Amino acid sequence: MAFVQQSSPHAHSARPTSRVMLWVLIAALPGLLAQTLFFGWGNLINVVFCIAVAIASEAALLKLRKKPVAFFIKDNTAAVTGLLLGLSLPQFAPWWVSAVAVISAIVVAKQLYGGLGSNPFNPAMVGYALVLVSFPVAMTTNWAEPAMLWDGAPGFGETLATIASGQQTAVDGWTMATPLDEYKHKITTHTAAEVLNHPTFGEGVAKGWEWVNAAFLAGGLLLIGLRIISWHIPAGFLGGLIVMSLAFGSNADLYTPLSLHLLAGGTMLGAFFIATDPVSAATSHQGKLIYGAGIGILIYLIRTWGNYPDAVAFSVLLMNFAVPFIDHYTPPRTYGHHKARRGVPGSQG
Amino acid sequence: MTQLWDFAGGIHPPEHKDISTERPIRNAGVPDYLILPLQQHIGDPAEAIVEVGERVLKGQKLADVKTGMGVPVHAPTSGVIESIADFPVPHPSGMADRCITLKPDGEDQWCQRNTVTDYRSLERDQVLQIIRDAGISGMGGAGFPTNIKLRPPRDRKVSTLILNGAECEPYITADDMTMQEKADEVVAGLKIMAWILRPERCVIGIEDNKPEAIAALRKATEGTQTEIAVVPTKYPSGGEKQLIQILTGMEVPSGGIPADIGVMCQNIGTAVAVAQAVFEGTPLISRVVTITGEAVREPGNFEALIGTPIEHLLEQAGINQDAVSRLVLGGPMMGYTLTTEAVPVIKTTNCVIAATATELPAPPPEQPCIRCGQCAEACPMELLPQQLFWHAKATEFEKAEHLNLFDCIECGACSYVCPSSIPLVQYYRFAKGEIRAQQAEQLKADRARERFEARQARLEREQQEKELRRKERAKAAAEAAAKKQAEAEKAAAEGEAVDERAAKSALVEQALARKKAKAEASQPPAASAPPAPSAPPAEEKPDIEALEKQLSQAQSKLDTMQGMLDDAKAQQADNVEKLERAVAKNHDRVQRAEEALSEAREKLAAGSTESQPTH
Repeated sequence: MAFVQQSSPHAHSARPTSRVMLWVLIAALPGLLAQTLFFGWGNLINVVFCIAVAIASEAALLKLRKKPVAFFIKDNTAAVTGLLLGLSLPQFAPWWVSAVAVISAIVVAKQLYGGLGSNPFNPAMVGYALVLVSFPVAMTTNWAEPAMLWDGAPGFGETLATIASGQQTAVDGWTMATPLDEYKHKITTHTAAEVLNHPTFGEGVAKGWEWVNAAFLAGGLLLIGLRIISWHIPAGFLGGLIVMSLAFGSNADLYTPLSLHLLAGGTMLGAFFIATDPVSAATSHQGKLIYGAGIGILIYLIRTWGNYPDAVAFSVLLMNFAVPFIDHYTPPRTYGHHKARRGVPGSQG
Repeated sequence: MTQLWDFAGGIHPPEHKDISTERPIRNAGVPDYLILPLQQHIGDPAEAIVEVGERVLKGQKLADVKTGMGVPVHAPTSGVIESIADFPVPHPSGMADRCITLKPDGEDQWCQRNTVTDYRSLERDQVLQIIRDAGISGMGGAGFPTNIKLRPPRDRKVSTLILNGAECEPYITADDMTMQEKADEVVAGLKIMAWILRPERCVIGIEDNKPEAIAALRKATEGTQTEIAVVPTKYPSGGEKQLIQILTGMEVPSGGIPADIGVMCQNIGTAVAVAQAVFEGTPLISRVVTITGEAVREPGNFEALIGTPIEHLLEQAGINQDAVSRLVLGGPMMGYTLTTEAVPVIKTTNCVIAATATELPAPPPEQPCIRCGQCAEACPMELLPQQLFWHAKATEFEKAEHLNLFDCIECGACSYVCPSSIPLVQYYRFAKGEIRAQQAEQLKADRARERFEARQARLEREQQEKELRRKERAKAAAEAAAKKQAEAEKAAAEGEAVDERAAKSALVEQALARKKAKAEASQPPAASAPPAPSAPPAEEKPDIEALEKQLSQAQSKLDTMQGMLDDAKAQQADNVEKLERAVAKNHDRVQRAEEALSEAREKLAAGSTESQPTH
């Protein structure tokens, strides 16, 4: 009889890309749950809508590119891009803002560069940055006021109607400046104690946000535990942010305190779910640490001295630029060699 | 407790070892026929020293390597040589190679065996000779001749001798069972090798998933200096470089051999074979083979004669022909698939997996690389598998080489973990093969260029020499003409002033010339040549003869050389090139001889025509 002819190895671990991406989706659920509990239905609606748009645009582009649609949709990577945007966008962002973000992420940043594995920039962050600079009003005035789902948050139907209406700005009473935004702008004229009186900070560090960040941290640790992501990028990311904050911003009357940097805004989502996108990140351990640290440092720089209150998207994109450079200088030392062989053949690297 | 180090990367695939360790090693018996490939080792193939139809005894040498590196092949049982022909041999390509087929006569009659009880009383070289004559080559994988390995270069002192009992590949339990059942022989073989090498340290490295083997060896080494190092189970801890790193913390330099850092690794089966060769005089005619997989009902280990068709072993293990989807020779990580179960067990065959389709399913289709870096995490050589993959795929071989492609040991850990199920190892093999082919091509082109350039230079040189000779001749002719004219003028001027002395001397000269002509005329060969007293043909004639002789000699030498070259070409011998050069050289010689001869003839003709009118 004819035996199967196959090149070694004959055994394979059973964790395909689709499973990896599914785990990312699962690990993000605690964060989504916290967002929903503390900020209402907005994020959940955004996530579902963004995933749907992401899959639809991925399918359309695959068809245009004459690629097997079902084969690639099943890898769940489009769903993850949609998920990340849904988690990042303001709760009451009008539907078309989300749609533009997702479509530009999938169509431009991913498929036009050659699809999965070929994109130099993090697709979700390309989409986010695009809508942030294009629609600043819609992107800054639609952050929900922290209010428990069962205690003061707008109902599901109302939220859905607001998002679907396409209004640039949502109902005034439902929204509130984010803690990072509030602190950044008030601290120049107020003391820390005065600034922290604002209801957006609540009793703890940043009302609601602290739990959302804790939940993303938990999900991220799960991913590290499952060896789906390595610890290097989050460690570099948070390490860079912490060192910068301790070095330059220890005076809370002048600068945003470290606790807010870590527990408000998109810090944990960025550190564990966004910066760890393998396609657009550095590859070696050393490179990942540098890449993560670069993002952390840039986030601090932009948050403190730049124009944007949160800066995950820009920092990630800027470090995406640096990835080939980092990879060039951080190859591992191969067994049996005295030192790593850097760069390309012929160069002294 | 032995200090252990860790190696980078590594994976933990399901072991599947227990299914083949439940039964003791069974004797596979004597099959209907034995197929003995002449090349079971690294080096030059052995040449048959028996003839078809000859009856041979068990242990008798059937083939040997006369020149070059290699070890002999022995008869695993007594019987008759049925054929010496090409048969499918265990090879990833499924190729056929020269084999001796032996039809056993069932008597299992041994030849004369020489046993050594005290090897220490022998010279080390004598023991190495015994090991060589027993046909022992590494039984772990590559099959490097053991006697050569045991004689490292003079400047490489082996201070650590490692016996590799890690057996990290899933499914394979041949070494495990050997250690369990033949611990004393394992240790005896190790002792012989240690006596040859005189290392400071002897270690047996075993993965911690083999408690029985560890216990057996602990018992067998009690009271000796030999260390038993229990290493954590992690694939590929049994890779030579990895085990060395685990046990010594040192790394084998890239492109080097373990002896460069004073280490040598030997295989468990090889140690047993060495012990049997020395103490029993038994050559390597059988080995332990694991027959496993879900398609056999009674998986386990077999003591199989070298040359036993895999088919025979599969039958003994109760193969379910309908269930088997692929036959893997070796382990699931580095083994290769067989096209036929007719291939024989050879000295390096350690395992055959008869796998069902569900056990080793076809890999899912390849997806794009997402640069997740799992491969780099798993790589025990700390390479960048994904970059190597990009470069291999883009045929940017220079870049792949720069990223140390050739340090890849093809363990398959990267492919194993790849979530996109990219057959990474296959890409690396492709790149390595292409690079090797390019290098060979380059070498060939370089040689051809060198040859061409040498020929051009020679032709130019000859042309110059010819030109030089022509000029010299022209110069000489011009000088002679000038001299003649000057003499004639002088004679005309002095004609009137001829004195008595001059007349006398002229008379003497005439007399001498007459005498000379007379003497020449009396010589028989000169008969045809016109007597030319003033010209010097007497000198030129023997010259022509010599030249003719030279030409015929050169011609015959060229013919011989050409004949030899044709033979060599027909036999694909490796001295073809040398002969080609010799032929070319002789060809030149003939040409030169011909030129010289024709030149001489011309000169002669010119001389005789020139000399005539003077008289």
